[in-house]
Amino acid sequence: MTHSRFDTRLGLGITLAVTAFLIGPVLLSVTAGLTQNYFVGLKSGLTFQWVVQVWDLYADTIWRSYGVALATLAVTTVIGVPAAWVLTLFPGRLSRLLEELLTLPVAVPGLATALALIVSWGSTGWLRSSVAFIVVGHVLFTLPFMIRAVRASMQGAELVVLDEAAATLGASRRQRFFDIIVPAAKSGIVTGALTVVTLSIGEFNLTWLLHTPLTKTLPVGLANSYASMRLEVASAYTLVFLLMLLPLMVGLQWLATRTHRTGSLALGASS
Amino acid sequence: MSLSHATPMLARGGRHTALSGRRAWLIIAAPAVALFLAFWLLPMVKLAGLGATAPTGETANAYWLVVSEPRYWKSLFNTVGLSLAATLATLIIALPVGRFLARHPSFPGRRVLMSLLIFPLAFPGVVVGFLVILTTGRQGVLNTLSQLLTGEPTVLAYAMPGLFIGYVYFLLPRTIGLLTAAVEGIDKQWLEAAQTLGASTWRRFVDIELPALTGALTAAGAMCFATAMGAFGTVFTLGTRIDVLPITIYDEFTNYANLPVAAALSVVLGLSTWAVLYAANSLAASR
Amino acid sequence: MTAPLATDPLSITLTHCAKTWPDGTRALAPLDLEVRPGETLALLGPSGCGKTTLLRLICGLERADAGATIHFGEQAVTDVAPESRGVGVVFQGYALFPNMSVAENVGYGLKIRGVAAAARRDRVREMLALVELEALADRRIDQLSGGQRQRVALARAIAIQPRVLLLDEPLTALDARLRQQLRVDLAKLLRRLGITCVIVTHDQEEAMMLGDRVAVMSAGRLEQLGEPETLYRAPASPFVADFLGTLCRLEGAVVRRHLGVDTLAFRPHEIAIVAPGEGLPATVQARFFLGSQVRLELALEDGQRFTALVASNAPWQPDARVGVRMADAAPAALEEVASC
Repeated sequence: MTHSRFDTRLGLGITLAVTAFLIGPVLLSVTAGLTQNYFVGLKSGLTFQWVVQVWDLYADTIWRSYGVALATLAVTTVIGVPAAWVLTLFPGRLSRLLEELLTLPVAVPGLATALALIVSWGSTGWLRSSVAFIVVGHVLFTLPFMIRAVRASMQGAELVVLDEAAATLGASRRQRFFDIIVPAAKSGIVTGALTVVTLSIGEFNLTWLLHTPLTKTLPVGLANSYASMRLEVASAYTLVFLLMLLPLMVGLQWLATRTHRTGSLALGASS
Repeated sequence: MSLSHATPMLARGGRHTALSGRRAWLIIAAPAVALFLAFWLLPMVKLAGLGATAPTGETANAYWLVVSEPRYWKSLFNTVGLSLAATLATLIIALPVGRFLARHPSFPGRRVLMSLLIFPLAFPGVVVGFLVILTTGRQGVLNTLSQLLTGEPTVLAYAMPGLFIGYVYFLLPRTIGLLTAAVEGIDKQWLEAAQTLGASTWRRFVDIELPALTGALTAAGAMCFATAMGAFGTVFTLGTRIDVLPITIYDEFTNYANLPVAAALSVVLGLSTWAVLYAANSLAASR
Repeated sequence: MTAPLATDPLSITLTHCAKTWPDGTRALAPLDLEVRPGETLALLGPSGCGKTTLLRLICGLERADAGATIHFGEQAVTDVAPESRGVGVVFQGYALFPNMSVAENVGYGLKIRGVAAAARRDRVREMLALVELEALADRRIDQLSGGQRQRVALARAIAIQPRVLLLDEPLTALDARLRQQLRVDLAKLLRRLGITCVIVTHDQEEAMMLGDRVAVMSAGRLEQLGEPETLYRAPASPFVADFLGTLCRLEGAVVRRHLGVDTLAFRPHEIAIVAPGEGLPATVQARFFLGSQVRLELALEDGQRFTALVASNAPWQPDARVGVRMADAAPAALEEVASC
């Protein structure tokens, strides 16, 4: 098929402009985090002192974010993979309704979900003051992504037929689940896992209302630093966050291009 | 077990294996359903109920207040207007990008370009807000350039224009992927057929491509709109003086401790975003 | 009086047309080809032989390598964009626009050309009458059967009064029975239109039925161009011979001893089965009754196997010893094949 040259050039131009719009500010932030004095500019010299300062001030938020992400991942995997299998087995209207329901915490603004959690569970003291409260919020928000990724891999593998074949050979449900279903859905579970961790590490809307001074996560720390720290520290903190995201995004995209050329990722509404 | 004896080896479960076998799987979805009920659906119901109570010092219930007070209306209109504008801008910018990426499946650097376009997908709203400040804030690049060229300061970050830029920033990566996939899904022969029938690039775009993309554009637009409506981190970073609904809810909750109104506004916001998403997805699926 | 069904037919002349893909693979070796005004040329060959590429070069959807020229009649169209070439194309999957009704599909090319609504309506009605689909004018595309889609695609392509008509596997997407019937309809219609037409197909029967001449292609090369009968009776290469119907070959000492030639090549219906002692001795291995004919699987004494199609009253049963010779009506051309 022939493309008009004008069409191609216009497309390329806009694509490059959009790339600059998206990546330019990131580069600016990275530079600011590594510059002695941002207002003087690069000629003031490069330094790691801001990164070191961030580490001193906020290391706990970094570790906590990883902890919350891993706990969220554990819960979403344990409850999400079986749920995905049940949704695959029953492709009817009820099943669609259930999936629609489970997706509500993504469709509805995080602020509303957080308020609802506080109204119902905020007075349960041990829960309100622990990191578990944040994990609950993150699980609600990330579970649909895990289920969607796992379901996609289950449907591709004609898993219902495989399961029936294993059943006719006499395998119990537990055996079939661990011997047939989980291995077949492996790629979906890995994609889902990376998505869950990425989303959890960056989650702010829920976390801001759910956190306590003792349970700050990285994005909460970022918001604090943006409000109260000098620009270089805020930028250095952002840089640390970007470095944490980078391997996750690279992994996600690698997985996406393996299964699908475009590599459009499964991350949805989350700002 | 010996394989030689004559009786066939039966699977456990007896006669109704096909039906009851399937049903028995249902139990393993129970944890997910229980978690959803306990931590989302019931809390939401309770939140909705809270909106029906009267705030301290008021006689009317919070829903009535939300509907009758102009300042809540204004906040809602601001949010809807901003979200619509950001959605439209995003779709208009993302469509040519998606078309370009879909039509050129292999050129040097395409992988890197895709990665760069998708990377900001994982940024939380607060980071996007910070990037907007870095570029269009008081000490931003835009202001420096503007003072250099015109002598006039240009600061967008702390008001609606800055918020608009931030929204477009986080909506673009989400939309580009969706539209690229949609353009890839258009049957090339449709375009070739139109071309042999005499249609120019523009006519092919209007007559064939756009109709074929209506579903994807509707779905992507709804996703953008819903995301923008509920976005909190960006506006939180840019300044709490911008009057949009998430900030109003946050203010009512933290500054005025007015839980009923915060609840009522959350329910209104949640229902409206969900309704838009649901309607658009049904529309897109019916095509 | 409505517009004529088609304009005066033009020839299509391809000179030195080659196509190399960006990755370096050769889709088409340099090729010269002339399609005569008003004739239907069938491009026949297995998939991947370059026949569709050749068609796409003619309509301009692909550009030939440098040095090629394409003429419609006297006019050079090598650098003319597809939208300005005035070609009617029926695509393999029909490529009907799903967002338009049957009538809108057929009228789309006219709308692009700025034909007024009333004139357009008349022309669309005329086209739909031509393919016998008047009743379905307002249907959506997904409400049509495969055969109906094929006819809508055809109507859409000829509605613009194209200078040449190109059909890419027009019947492949249909089931066998429907294909048989539409083949006859299509042949009649093309004759009536009198338009210069190129049909791409991998089906030899279709090519021979629809094509005034057939161009057999293989591996990006034109193997032979001629009238169907010439190709069948005097194939220029073993590939052509084999592609146009089954070709059996026998060779070796047995053949030499009994017939005095090194190789014998023939089609299954071109040999006669006679009583043993005459011709080449063979044994019947299997017999299949096909209605009007009987198909015999035979073997020579040295084990070489071949097939014969004989009249259905032939008495030969499995294990019968028989003699084989060329049928009386068999053309002399077979000797030529034998030597190739």
